[in-house]
Amino acid sequence: MVCLKQAVDVSQLKVDPKTSQLLTASAPKKISDFDKNALEEAIRIKEKLGEVEICTVTVSSEDAKAVLREALAIGADKAYFVNDPSFQDVDTSATAYILTETIEKIGEFDLILCGEASLDSFSGLVGSRLAELLNLPLIASVRKLTVEDNTVVAERTLEDAYETVKAKMPALITVTREINQPRIPSLMMIMKASKKEIITWTATDLNIQKEKIGAKIEVVEVLAPKTERKRVMITGENKEEIAEKLAKALIQEGVVRR
Amino acid sequence: MGESKGVWVFSEKFDLTLEMLGKGREIANTLRTKLVAVLVGCNVQEKANDLIKYGADKVYLVDNPALELFQAEGYLSVLHNLATNYKPDILLIGSTKNGKPLAARLATRLETGCVPDCARLSVDEKGRLIGERITYGGNAVAKVTFRSKPQIATVPARAFEKLEPQDRSGEVIKLDVKIEEPKTEVVETKPLETSSVNIEEAEVIISCGRGLEKKEDKILLEELAKILGGQVGNSRPLAEDRKWFTEWVGLSGRKVKPKLYIACGISGVIQHVAGIRDSKVIVAVNNDPEAPIFEVADYAVVGDLYEVLPALTEALRKQLQ
Repeated sequence: MVCLKQAVDVSQLKVDPKTSQLLTASAPKKISDFDKNALEEAIRIKEKLGEVEICTVTVSSEDAKAVLREALAIGADKAYFVNDPSFQDVDTSATAYILTETIEKIGEFDLILCGEASLDSFSGLVGSRLAELLNLPLIASVRKLTVEDNTVVAERTLEDAYETVKAKMPALITVTREINQPRIPSLMMIMKASKKEIITWTATDLNIQKEKIGAKIEVVEVLAPKTERKRVMITGENKEEIAEKLAKALIQEGVVRR
Repeated sequence: MGESKGVWVFSEKFDLTLEMLGKGREIANTLRTKLVAVLVGCNVQEKANDLIKYGADKVYLVDNPALELFQAEGYLSVLHNLATNYKPDILLIGSTKNGKPLAARLATRLETGCVPDCARLSVDEKGRLIGERITYGGNAVAKVTFRSKPQIATVPARAFEKLEPQDRSGEVIKLDVKIEEPKTEVVETKPLETSSVNIEEAEVIISCGRGLEKKEDKILLEELAKILGGQVGNSRPLAEDRKWFTEWVGLSGRKVKPKLYIACGISGVIQHVAGIRDSKVIVAVNNDPEAPIFEVADYAVVGDLYEVLPALTEALRKQLQ
């Protein structure tokens, strides 16, 4: 089971220079990078173990079929699309709840893989919330994963140490971008994927309770950060002159020790 | 059941707890409420007095051999139990690799909101907590507030300053809490090499990007770093694509805030800039006059790092004598 988010492609995001507002509505969308790593890891497990079925789940209030199609081309067996206009303002709490209802409806699973965080909002909470709602062992920020019998062994990097952690399956893993290099689907895979079915469910199909998808947080504003830098160009006849001017400026700023 | 009150702080990292107490003190004063530190571990009683010295009015102490090392379910059950019984208004949790999932799970158990990685915190006129965080890959700063309580925010290391320790009086309350069994097992822990630990604390950082032609040329940066007592960092391509170095500075790497950041041969994509934004002075050296790094630099040198760096090292050596 791989959770995929359709995210704003932040590298192509534009800012309105007058208001500092982000033009997210017009920005292109794609599978969130970290989630692609999660999908790739699922495919590698399947290649190693054989009889594995990979399901992807995407929750969105917008059309995200292109993202699901891409997931199928990359190697997912089944793609579930949970789509409802009422999901427009969902926060991490509501998203985890909707994912829980979806996964419980799909049925049994051994492993849930999520990206550590999403490319656009970068909260990194949904995976952990989902583990809690499903009462699963959680291993977060994993950079190496092995599946043996009914156990997962994972390596993660903490602030000051590497840690190897073991858990019985079913379990939930969130992955970092270090874990692998996601593959690019071949033309043949893309053609094959276009024939696969995308299973679409609405809030009603999942008996989603309205009061449980109200956001618990409120975004007050999202603005491009202001940069207030001096932007002094240091020029000179030669490199020695430039270096001397720069050294003097840094000493005057008080940022180098005399 | 009474209304929620008090500002609580918790981190499994002691230094980060002290930093959060600094900011927590300010918020508690604004809201005219108590500042509470939650101290979890084994034989940690003596640390309780330090927490009071650094600003806490009250310390909830849960001391148990099962909590000697961080253990997610154990720590989670303690915080869940305390928060259910004493109903904090605000709960600040250290945003570490263990702390952030802990905060997310606690928020889920308490059916409340969580705003992660708040580099700034304030309180609005209604007394609600507002967290500011970098989002959209460094393209934006979001201000986020809460519609539920407790208001849980996670706080990265070095976002806030510790207070000066003072002799203050405070209350230490020792509690006995039922500890949940772990669902995962830590098989092995290996410390990271020391060099990669300090970059976030460095006062001077010299970083290189794709402009560095060979791995060995890092010595040019190291020589300058030696004179300035600094550390050497790098941008994402040198860490992820070329796999030369590990001291990756940027939004997904390490966020730094030195007094001086010198970017050499770094183009300055938005993710990198987001990781260095809080530096006091930024210097950029790049041979491409159009490089976006110059937009966020205090001092800009259009030139070849292979010429500029040795000259700068020499000039500083002379001028600092």
